[in-house]
Amino acid sequence: MHKHAFPMDPSLNLQQLKLKSIQYRKTVLSIIKHGGAGHTGGSLSSIDILNVLYNRILRLSPVTFRDPNRDRFVQSKGHSVEALYTVLADRGFFPRSELDTLNRFGSHFIGHPTRHVNGVEQNTGALGHGLSFAVGSALAAKIDRKDYRVFALLGDGELAEGSNWEAAMTAGHYRLDNLAVVIDRNGLQITGPTEEVVRLEPLHLKFEAFGFAVRECDGNSIPDLLAHLESVPFVTGQPSLLLAKTRKGYGISFMENSVRWHHRVPTDQEFEQAILELEKAEASVA
Amino acid sequence: MEGPFSNLDVFAATLVEAAKTDRDILVVTSDSRGSGRLAPFAAAVPEQIVEVGIAEQNLVGISAGLAAAGKKVFAVSPACFLTARALEQIKNDVCYSDRPVKVVGISAGVSYGALGSTHHSLHDFAALRAIHNITIVAPADNFETREAVQAALRLDKPIYLRFGKKVMPHLPRVNSQFELGHASLVRNGKDLAFLASGETVAPALEAAELLAADGVDCRVLSFHTVKPLDEAAVLRAANETGCLITVEEHSVSGGLGEACASLLLQHGQSVRFKIVGFPDEYTMTGSQMELFRYYGISGSGLAETAGRLRTNKSE
Repeated sequence: MHKHAFPMDPSLNLQQLKLKSIQYRKTVLSIIKHGGAGHTGGSLSSIDILNVLYNRILRLSPVTFRDPNRDRFVQSKGHSVEALYTVLADRGFFPRSELDTLNRFGSHFIGHPTRHVNGVEQNTGALGHGLSFAVGSALAAKIDRKDYRVFALLGDGELAEGSNWEAAMTAGHYRLDNLAVVIDRNGLQITGPTEEVVRLEPLHLKFEAFGFAVRECDGNSIPDLLAHLESVPFVTGQPSLLLAKTRKGYGISFMENSVRWHHRVPTDQEFEQAILELEKAEASVA
Repeated sequence: MEGPFSNLDVFAATLVEAAKTDRDILVVTSDSRGSGRLAPFAAAVPEQIVEVGIAEQNLVGISAGLAAAGKKVFAVSPACFLTARALEQIKNDVCYSDRPVKVVGISAGVSYGALGSTHHSLHDFAALRAIHNITIVAPADNFETREAVQAALRLDKPIYLRFGKKVMPHLPRVNSQFELGHASLVRNGKDLAFLASGETVAPALEAAELLAADGVDCRVLSFHTVKPLDEAAVLRAANETGCLITVEEHSVSGGLGEACASLLLQHGQSVRFKIVGFPDEYTMTGSQMELFRYYGISGSGLAETAGRLRTNKSE
C-alpha cells in the first residue's frame, strides 16, 4: 500500500545511488563555497545516509509531505544542513536555484534547518533536541495505530547532551519499533576525536542497555546502508539504532578525518581540487 | 462550578471533561501526575496520558513531536523545572518550530513555599516574555482557569499556563467575558489601579476593599495574560487613575511590572508607579502566604504601598 501511496524512485540502482552521492558532494561543496560558510566535514560524512534514506527508504515525497501517514525524517545534527538541503533539492522539495541563497540576508536557507524550507520536519540546530521530537512523533503513530516510521539522524558529538539519553530511555520504554536512529559516527567533533573530548564508547552497549536493537555498518557504503535501513525494525518491539561508521569529510582526500574541516570553507584552489577528485570518482563509478 | 478549589484542581477537572470527548487531547507528565492533580485524568482516559519520567527536557521535546502529529498536548510539570531546565526545548522545539504545545507550569511562583528556591519559579514570565511565539497566562481564580484551559484548546499556537495550588476565592467581575490578551476588570475605580496577575489578584482586591473604607476608589484588573500584554488596559488605567501598582508572584525583574513600565515610558506616560513582586535578593524562607505577607503581597501590605504611593511621588 505504501509503495503505491508514497512513490519512491525504485529505478535508482546501486550504481546510480553511488553517482548521486558523488553529485551531492559536489553540490554540498558548491553551496558552502558560494554561501561562504557551512559544516563541510559533517555534511560529507552524512550525505550517503541521507542519499539512501531519501532515495530508497523514506515513504515521502514533495507531494506527500503534508500527509499524516508519511514517514518522518528528523535531522538532529542540524549543522550538517547543507547535506539535507542538497538532497531535498534533488528530491524536488524546492527548486535547486534556491540553494544559491544559502546564508544570504532574508533567505530561509540558513545554517540550521527550519520548517520555512519545504521538506524540513522540525527546526533543529541546538544539539540533543531531535531525538525527543522523533520519539514524540513515533509515539503519536503508536497511539493512533498508524504505520508511518520515524527516522532520526544524530551526530556522535551531540550524544554528550543528556537529553538524548532521556529520549533514548523513553524510546526503549515504549518499545518504539517504528523509530530508527542513525548515528553519524565519524568520531570527530570540533575540538578533536570524540573519545578524547569525552569518551562515548561503548555506544553499542549503551544503546542496547537503553532498549535499542543496535547494528553497525559502514556509513559511507551505499550497499551497507541499504541493507540495514531496508530491514528496520531490526527487532520487533524495539527501536532500531544504526551506528553508521563514517569518515568526516568523506570523499575528498584532504578533508577526510580532519577536524580542520569541521566548518572550513574551501579556498578556490581547494575547491577545484575537490571537484577534480569527485569527477574522477564519478568516472570510476560510471 | 462550586468550590472554591485550587486553580490546579480546576485545570485538571476541565481537562478531564474535554478529553473524554476529544481523543486527541494528551497530557504528558514527568512523574508529575500527582502534583498536577491528574490521577483522575489518568483513571478516566488512561490512553491519553503519556509518562516520560523525571525528564523535563524530554517532556517538552516529546510534546512537540506529538503536537506535530496533530495531538493537543498539555506538557505538565512543576513550573520551576519546566521553564528553567527545559527552557531551550520550549524556545526551539515549541516556539521557534511553531508547535502548538500547551506548556503547563504547575505549583508556580512560590507555591512550594518552604521547599525553597529550587522549587520556586520567579523567573518564568521574564524568560518566556523574551521568547517569540508564546502566550503567557496566569489565571487569577477558578473561572479564569477554566476559561484559559478552554482558550488554550482552541489556540493552535504555543501557550504557557501557570497554576498555583492554593484554593482561590471566586472573584467578582464587572464583565464575565474572558479573552486571551484582554485584562479582566475585577473592580472599577478612579483613584488608583492594581494591575495584578495570577494568585496576587485576590490580595489586590482585598487591598482595594480596605482602601475603599478610607475613601480611595481602586480599580483592580486581572492580567491573566501577561503576554501579549493588554496595552490598552494599562494605558487606560494610567490615564484614568494616574497611579498604578503592578502585583505579581514573580521577580520584579522582567515580569508584568516591567512590561507595564516599559509600555508607559514609551507612550510618554508619567504616572505614580510601583512594581510589587519578589525583589532581587536571596528569597526569605516560609510558606507561600508567609512570603506574600513578607514581600507585601497581601491586602494590608498592598494597601500600605498604595497609601505611600499616593502621598509620595518618589515611591
